Amino acid sequence: MTPPTPSAAAPLEVTDESVEKPIASGSPKGGESRSPGRLAWKRFKRDRTGVISAYVVIFFFVVAIAAPLIAKLYGKDPYTTYASQDPSLLDAFSYPAGPNGGMSSQFWFGVEPQLGRDVFTFLLYGIRTSLGIAVAATILTVVAGVVVGVTAGYLGGKTDYLVGRVIDILLSFPSTLFFIAFMPVVYGIFVAPDDNIPTWLRATALIVVLSTFGWASIARLLRGQVLGLREREFVEAAKVTGAPPMRIVFKELLPNLWTPIIIQSTLLLPALVTTEAGLSFLSVGIIDPTPDWGVMIARGAQFYSQDITFMLFPGISMVLFVVAFNLLGDSVRDALDPKSKR
Amino acid sequence: MSNTNPLLDVSGLTKHFPIKGGFPIRRTVGAVQAVDGLDFQVNEGESLGLVGESGCGKSTTGRLITRLLEPTAGTVRYRGQDITHASRRELAPVRSEIQMIFQDPYASLNPRQTVGKIISGPMEINDINPAGGREKRVRELLEIVGLNPEHYNRFPHEFSGGQRQRIGVARALALEPKLIVADEPVSALDVSIQAQVVNLLQKVQQELGIAFVFIAHDLAIVRHFSQRVAVMYLGRIVEIADREDLYGNPRHPYTRALLSAVPEATVDEDAPARERIRLVGDVPSPINPPTGCRFRTRCWKATEKCATEAPPLVQAEGNKPGHLTACHYPETADPIPAPRLAKNTEAAA
Ligand SMILES: Nc1ncnc2c1ncn2[C@@H]1O[C@H](COP(=O)(O)OP(=O)(O)O)[C@@H](O)[C@H]1O
Ligand code: SF4
Ligand SMILES: [Mg+2]
Repeated sequence: MTPPTPSAAAPLEVTDESVEKPIASGSPKGGESRSPGRLAWKRFKRDRTGVISAYVVIFFFVVAIAAPLIAKLYGKDPYTTYASQDPSLLDAFSYPAGPNGGMSSQFWFGVEPQLGRDVFTFLLYGIRTSLGIAVAATILTVVAGVVVGVTAGYLGGKTDYLVGRVIDILLSFPSTLFFIAFMPVVYGIFVAPDDNIPTWLRATALIVVLSTFGWASIARLLRGQVLGLREREFVEAAKVTGAPPMRIVFKELLPNLWTPIIIQSTLLLPALVTTEAGLSFLSVGIIDPTPDWGVMIARGAQFYSQDITFMLFPGISMVLFVVAFNLLGDSVRDALDPKSKR
Repeated sequence: MSNTNPLLDVSGLTKHFPIKGGFPIRRTVGAVQAVDGLDFQVNEGESLGLVGESGCGKSTTGRLITRLLEPTAGTVRYRGQDITHASRRELAPVRSEIQMIFQDPYASLNPRQTVGKIISGPMEINDINPAGGREKRVRELLEIVGLNPEHYNRFPHEFSGGQRQRIGVARALALEPKLIVADEPVSALDVSIQAQVVNLLQKVQQELGIAFVFIAHDLAIVRHFSQRVAVMYLGRIVEIADREDLYGNPRHPYTRALLSAVPEATVDEDAPARERIRLVGDVPSPINPPTGCRFRTRCWKATEKCATEAPPLVQAEGNKPGHLTACHYPETADPIPAPRLAKNTEAAA
């Protein structure tokens, strides 16, 4: 800790409290306050693993957001089958003609076997699709979980009991199995069996289904937190001054829930990235030719014995992302909640 | 006691917490009789002490008065207006006049709000715009409670327990209340700091003319603070009197026992050396309180009558007006009879 630095702006004499330890000796600058958020940020910045992971994660998001720009500068797109323009890219067995999966100054990450698409842009757009869906599903899941959990916890009584049972039921579902079985049903609701399912519908359905099965655990956690907070005296203090319920929820409870909400979100997002990829891999999510991490890994799995390079790019990038995000999540948790440190 | 126009008038106040049980359909299987028929008044500018062991319903009483809890029965009147079951909206006009100071200074301040926000919150909620702005008023309040106004932007975790309790006092004062319920405001603090906070409350009470319901678990602190004292046991008031009467002439055995535990309790210098009464056993469960007099399981004078008949809270023979005692066999100044003493109490010169 920093040594005590008495500041000019806030003299430390505290009237007749001489017996008590004087206020916060180490307050860095004059009137500047050490808000809990600021303290967490300070702790986070000291955590090297966390900072590096954060850079990796940010890199992925920048790539995902800037994918169209990068593709434009690079001069290719993920849909064109470049092998049909230039058959020399693929050999007689439809595998990349060049070494290392056809990597060259033209095709940085090589050429896709059979169709001859550009691996680099396909990966960029794949990351974009997967992250987009995962982020949207995370936001929806967390918002639904927070709303339901806080409401149940704050209202208590019958509402709480009912919500609790619904959560129990949802959590007891084998969700992965259910996704696989249920996704085609969802599509069937909107699209006639023989029609093509538009990509936006696939994406939306994925987001909705992932959130439907995801909110319950967050709601349960927040309900518990609210049950504890609700009894705290500062909530009663707000009630005594006449605070309406909405103000209590938003001004008194929610600011104290940011820690679990952020921690849960950072755990949830990488999990949803892998789930989304898994579903696309099993062709119940996004399907070829839409670029997607899962689709790409599924394609790679078809050719890996002949052309391992094509498998490596989506595989390694995804492992890197998920590991970095999980490490980031750990660091965020340690920073926000130092007591939980193992 | 002048009952002409009490600020707060509580009668028959009762709170039973239902105990739920059973699966899958939860039913009420019993009740915690936390508060069971309280009658008392608080006059304007007066401080009433509410004393009793832990678990006897003091906090529940405080929360019923401030309407944090819904009474099971009885009425609470504020300036003659029945606020027993008033909704939040109906309560709004008197809300700002009845404030509360809480026991735990670590739980009663929102850790995510600055001191400035904590103290200006009540003004914001009630749409109070003091001349010169809320921030100026907050700084004034900080000064009144003996804190540095420059600490406006600090967070609660930067303060000690005593300082936090001062912040709690400032928050309660922000609405310029007429009545403050202080629920054991110093019992969570270091002994060395308790007196400072009590002095602050005393200053506030006298200078601003605020009435107090001052809750405490022993008679020592209340003594300096309250003109009138009510002693509670298991959800009932067993004795209520002006300070001098209660400390000088305790009539209820429980009051006497509590008083004997107060170290420097020598209100009347000429009284014989006080015997020390040690209460044996625990307070019985409020789920299943003893019949008749609730104190009988620990009383050294209990008889058959005590088990069957609940003693009413009345002015016992020899009491001054306003000194009410709920006991069939009120105490006299005599020492506790020897045979009983051997069984339940310990004498110490
Ligand atoms: N919300 C509640 N639900 C059930 N029982 C309660 C509740 N609040 C208090 N009680 C019970 O009521 C009794 C009185 O509690 P309380 O008023 O806090 O006592 P005190 O403040 O005098 O220590 C205790 O037995 C306590 O367990
Ligand atoms: S009524 Fe009986 S049991 Fe109760 S305090 Fe008086 S003597 Fe004791
Ligand atoms: Mg209490």
